[in-house]
Amino acid sequence: MHRVKVRVVEDALDANNTIARANRDDFDRHDVAVVNLMSAPGAGKTALLERVLGELGDVRAGVLEGDVEGSYDADRLASLHVPVTQLNTGNGFGGECHLDANMVRSALPALPLADIDLLIIENVGNLVCPAEFRVGEDARVMVCSVTEGEDKPLKYPLMFRACELVVINKIDLLPHLDFDVDRLLHNLDAVHPGVESMLVSARTGEGVDAFREWLASLPARVPA
Amino acid sequence: MHELSVSSAVVDTALRHASGRRVTVVTVRIGHLRQVVPDSLAFYFELVARETLCEGARLEQVLVPARLRCGGCAREWDPEDALFRCTCGAPGEVVAGNELEVESIEVEEAACTA
Repeated sequence: MHRVKVRVVEDALDANNTIARANRDDFDRHDVAVVNLMSAPGAGKTALLERVLGELGDVRAGVLEGDVEGSYDADRLASLHVPVTQLNTGNGFGGECHLDANMVRSALPALPLADIDLLIIENVGNLVCPAEFRVGEDARVMVCSVTEGEDKPLKYPLMFRACELVVINKIDLLPHLDFDVDRLLHNLDAVHPGVESMLVSARTGEGVDAFREWLASLPARVPA
Repeated sequence: MHELSVSSAVVDTALRHASGRRVTVVTVRIGHLRQVVPDSLAFYFELVARETLCEGARLEQVLVPARLRCGGCAREWDPEDALFRCTCGAPGEVVAGNELEVESIEVEEAACTA
């Protein structure tokens, strides 16, 4: 028995990215624009979707809901009369902490792609792993809330650099916090120069129109 | 948790290239910007490799420092404290530090008896 060195030089995520491209092809074939929605747990992804999903005009939306366990979020969204598909990651090592391209691929047969124009994939709440795994999306959006602290972009640059839009949620709480919005925006610009951001409150609805318009216009912005 | 998913991807990649041979060393290049903790990656690698042809393999990590280049004035810098905007105001482009690559593997082969 002897040992030989084998040159590989391959991105460790190549296999995931190949499946993500296959997902993307399937979404494109059905003219479905796809958003990968990411955040820390409790930032308000589902609350934000509850605010916007019912009022997207002519755009028919669907949701793929990723969670480690349970269908709590999917149950909340079901009352909005949009198709919601649950994807649980609980089979992994204690439950995968993110969605990857293969998990989304496994959910494709359950998605009503022919009946929707926009698919929102609500990722598992986590500020690290979801940033590494493309799932076939056209755009990545992250929600960060003002209760999380102004330093989060500096601590999680991988995530804040991975997205095209940052929605800053829970601004209704600002009067009760020592949170400095300018500081957050400064830190955000330092790790991701020029990234688009929006200030919203899913609770009161303040600023939510801008996010709704961003979502509603995505299918038209995505090249077919 | 991040290192668990990264180590799974590393083991999968190594196994694909091993073509059924036992793997003794896996060499990876990890960019600073991937926010991987080397000790944690080594821990999870050992765990994920169990009961595969990578079991017991040594993980060699080549850590690649981050390097940015300004799109405006071509200055290069290390984005310590996660600063991706140049002092001249233009955004920096990542030149190095985004690597997450399996560079090579060492495998066992039966000696030629011919």
